[in-house]
Parts: sequence; C-alpha cells; structure tokens
Amino acid sequence: MVLGGLLLYPIYQLGLISFFHYTQAQVSGGQPATFEGFGNYREIFSDAQFWQVLLATVVFAAACVVSTLSVGCALAVLLTRVRALPRLALMLAALGAWATPAVTGSTVWLLLFDPDFGPVNRMLGLGDHSWTYGRLSAFLLVLLEVVWCSFPFVMVTVYAGIRAVPAEVLEAAELDGASQLRVWRSVLAPMLRPILVVVTIQSVIWDFKVFTQIYVMTNGGGIAGQNLTLNVYAYQQAFASSQYSLGSAIGIVMLLILLAVTLVYLRLLRRQGEEL
Amino acid sequence: MYGNVVQAGRGVRGVRRFVRRPWRLAAEVSALLIAAVVAFPLYWMVLSAFKPAGEIESTEPRPWTSAPSLDSFRRVFGQQEFGRYFLNSLVVACSVVIVSALIAFLAATAVTRFRFRFRTTLLIMFLMAQMVPVEALTIPLFFLMRDFGQLNTLGALILPHIAFSLPFAIWMLRGFVKAVPEALEEAAYIDGASRSRFLWQILFPLVFPGLVATSVFSFISAWNDFLFAKSFIISDTSQSTLPMALLVFYKPDDPDWGGVMAASTVMTIPVLVFFVLVQRRLVSGLGGAVKD
Repeated sequence: MVLGGLLLYPIYQLGLISFFHYTQAQVSGGQPATFEGFGNYREIFSDAQFWQVLLATVVFAAACVVSTLSVGCALAVLLTRVRALPRLALMLAALGAWATPAVTGSTVWLLLFDPDFGPVNRMLGLGDHSWTYGRLSAFLLVLLEVVWCSFPFVMVTVYAGIRAVPAEVLEAAELDGASQLRVWRSVLAPMLRPILVVVTIQSVIWDFKVFTQIYVMTNGGGIAGQNLTLNVYAYQQAFASSQYSLGSAIGIVMLLILLAVTLVYLRLLRRQGEEL
Repeated sequence: MYGNVVQAGRGVRGVRRFVRRPWRLAAEVSALLIAAVVAFPLYWMVLSAFKPAGEIESTEPRPWTSAPSLDSFRRVFGQQEFGRYFLNSLVVACSVVIVSALIAFLAATAVTRFRFRFRTTLLIMFLMAQMVPVEALTIPLFFLMRDFGQLNTLGALILPHIAFSLPFAIWMLRGFVKAVPEALEEAAYIDGASRSRFLWQILFPLVFPGLVATSVFSFISAWNDFLFAKSFIISDTSQSTLPMALLVFYKPDDPDWGGVMAASTVMTIPVLVFFVLVQRRLVSGLGGAVKD
C-alpha cells in the first residue's frame, strides 16, 4: 500500500504540477505557485517543436517495435532449427546484449561508430562520416542500439513459448498431413498469441520511453534538438530550462498516449474472447 | 517384399535427410554469424578496456591488441572510492530484488487467487504504472524524498526502484501463479495445511522460476539506474553509485574511451554473472510466465 502510494502520489503530483506555473522560483519557495489551468497544455500544443517531437517519437518507437519484434521472432525460430552448440552461442550472445546496462551499451555503440576511432566506418570504408550528425543516421544508430539490447527479451520469450508447445500437438498435425506453413498458421500462431501480446505491449511501452540511449548517444537530443523524443524533451524542459510544469504536462501527455494504445489493444483482445 | 518396403522407406528418409541437411547447415552457420555480430560490441568493449591508450585513439582500429595493459582499469579503480560506489550499487540492487520479489509474490497471489472488487481496475493500473515516464516523475519524487528526509541516502534509490519494478514483476508473476492448479490448493487445505503454509511451502517453490525471471528485470533496472542516482544523491558522494562514476570518464567532447570502456566492463560483469547463473531458469521462467 505504501509502495502503491509511492507510485500513485507522484503521478498525482505530476498532474498537479502540470496545471501550475512552476519554475525555479517556485521550487526554492521564492514565489508561490500560481494555478494556470490548462495554460501549460495550451503552450505545449501551440509549440511547433512539440508536434515535431511527437511525430519523431511515434515513428521512432514504431520502427523500434517492429524491428525488435521481427528480429526477435526470426531468431527464436532460428533457435529451434539448429543444434545445441550454435543455439548456446546465440543464446549467450543475446544474454550478453541483454545484460549490458543502457549507459554502457550506448557508449560502446558510440565508440563502434566513432568517426575517428570506430571499426565500423573502417569496415564499411566510410572515412570519417559522422553518424550522429545527420538526423536520420543518428536515429538509425540509436535504433540499432535499442534493437540490439531489446531483441533478446523477445527472442528468449518466444523461444521459450515455442518450446512449451507440446510435441504431441505438432506430431498430430504432421500425421494429419499439415504442411509446415499450415502448422505455423493454424497451430503455432494461436498457441503463441498470448506470448506475442505480452511481448508487443512491453516493447511498445519500453520503446516509447527510450531515454538513456537518446540522451547519451545524441548528447541530450542531438544538434538543435533534432533527435529529441517526448521523454527526453520533457526531461530537458524540466531540468535544463527549469520549466517543471511544462515537463510535467508533456509527461502527462505521454502517459495518456500510452494508455490509449494499451486500452485499444486490451479492448481488441477482449473482443477476441481472451480474459485479462 | 517386406524388405523392399523397408528399403524404400529408408531411401525416402535418406533423401529427405539429404535435402534437409543443407538447410540446417545454413541455419547453423547463420546462427553462429549472428551470435558473432551480437557479441561484437561486448567484445569490442572488453578489448578497448585492455588496449593501451595510444591504440584506442588510433585511426586504424584493430580487432586485437598486441600489448594488453591494465592502465584503464587502474585509472578507474584509482578514482575516488570506486569500490564504495560498486558496493552501494550492489546494496541498492540486492535490496530491490529481494523486497520486490517478496511483495510481487504476495501481490500476484492476491490478484490471481482472490476475486475482489476493482480487481481488473487494479490489473490495468499495474499496466498503466509501467507506462509512466520515470523521467517526468523524478520532479515530484524529488520533493517527496526531500520531505521524507531521504535525500542523499541509499533509501532514496531503493524505495522508488521497488515501486517502479513492482508493476512489471506482479504482471509477470501472475502467469506463474495462475499455472498452479487450484486443485493443488484445495488438496493442501484438505490435508490440513494453513493458508500461510500453502503459500510458503507449496506455492513459493512452484513459482520460484518465475521469481527468478522477474528478479532479472528488477536487478537490471536498479543496477543501471542513473537518473535517480543523479537526482537524489546531490551532495553526499559517498552514497553515489556506479553509473555516476562511469560518467566521470565520459565527456561528450573528449571522452576518455579507455576509462569509459574499463568502467563499463566492470559495470557489466556483475549483471553478466547474474544472468549466466539464472540462465536456465530464465528460459523456463519466461516460457511459463506467458502460458496463461
């Protein structure tokens, strides 16, 4: 209960702050906080940069989710097709990537793609092309890192799920003369659906909130904020420009978006007759 | 006649094996290749940590080093109280894992085994709680910690981490508790077991693999955290944690790559050890979690 409070109270306060005018002066107690109603929201919504950041966030998160899921699922299937040794190798490598802390992973990828000292540019013969300079290539770099550190979760989970499908079911399908494709579509896909649901929801939540990677790799949002996502934008508004109330309002907007996505998803699930 | 059929059967199977084998070979080769690509950044990290300073900052990066040196590690450990930061991180991560595992176990049992009002609401709240951008919550949490007088203590890190790792842990553990047949519970009660005895001696061991899987997540999030440490440990550096120490070496304009990589290696190793220890249980655990 106490811990629930620890989580709910800040959300409540976040909502509260988002309605006030709250900057450095109010934090130190110099001025009383003034109630602004939806003023902060009006300010955000009329800010062109906010919409640009929102669009970037959605596209970036969607790209991350899609690539993570497809890489993870493909490798999970691959894992079921190979013998023990390659399987162990791939599993260990994936666990290594998974275990790498986000800060560490970001710095290592930066070094790999470093224009002067990185091996990737040498291998591809790109000279001293800077990956973090262009908007798209910087996003691509972060995307690669995010996929690298988050596909193992998908892979291991889906693999465990495939393994959990009883062998008799597959045998029965084979005896009934089902083709590989048919087995996939009619046997495995329905049995794996709960797993895929969990994995997708988690990926959406995580990838929408990518913070450390963007913050470290693009040095706080890239040149002139070109690589900002909502999360980093909120943080920058709050802590770099001391606009705590604006940051809070952005946080609330993010929360609402994620909530909407998830509710739509759950609604779809329930319509298909699945219980929460 | 009979022999012929067997012969034919063998022939067909032989052909099929022959056809299948190149596929499997291709799959295995690609699995190994992908494993190499995935492991490459980690290899490069460790390699760079051992390279002497001149070799890292060379425009001809080589995938090996001729003169491994411990210079970078010496620089990292020579930094003020690095061992203490390490210990602080360990204390935070371990207390978060233990406390959140216990609470998550009880809470997951409660939401799966009992029907009560607002149960679905509660479940949706758990899901919702995971979506809250932690970065935005740092602001109110800071004021909260200040009012509790918890600033500059490890408690300021442990408490929020427990709170943030719980929703996911409960969400995942649900599946495990659900997988334990209710008949087992009834049987235990009929045999005269009390509720708490059933909970700790029957349910707990059965759900243990799931607990391991969820612990991995709470451990990682607590171990990796940089934001809370940065925001709540403002003046007392003896309470600092590892990620903060790492950032000393990383300056965007002129990073000390050797130091960063050595510190990264030191930071990654405990997580790797933890992962390898729980690897088996993790795979079976995640499989069970989603079988609901």
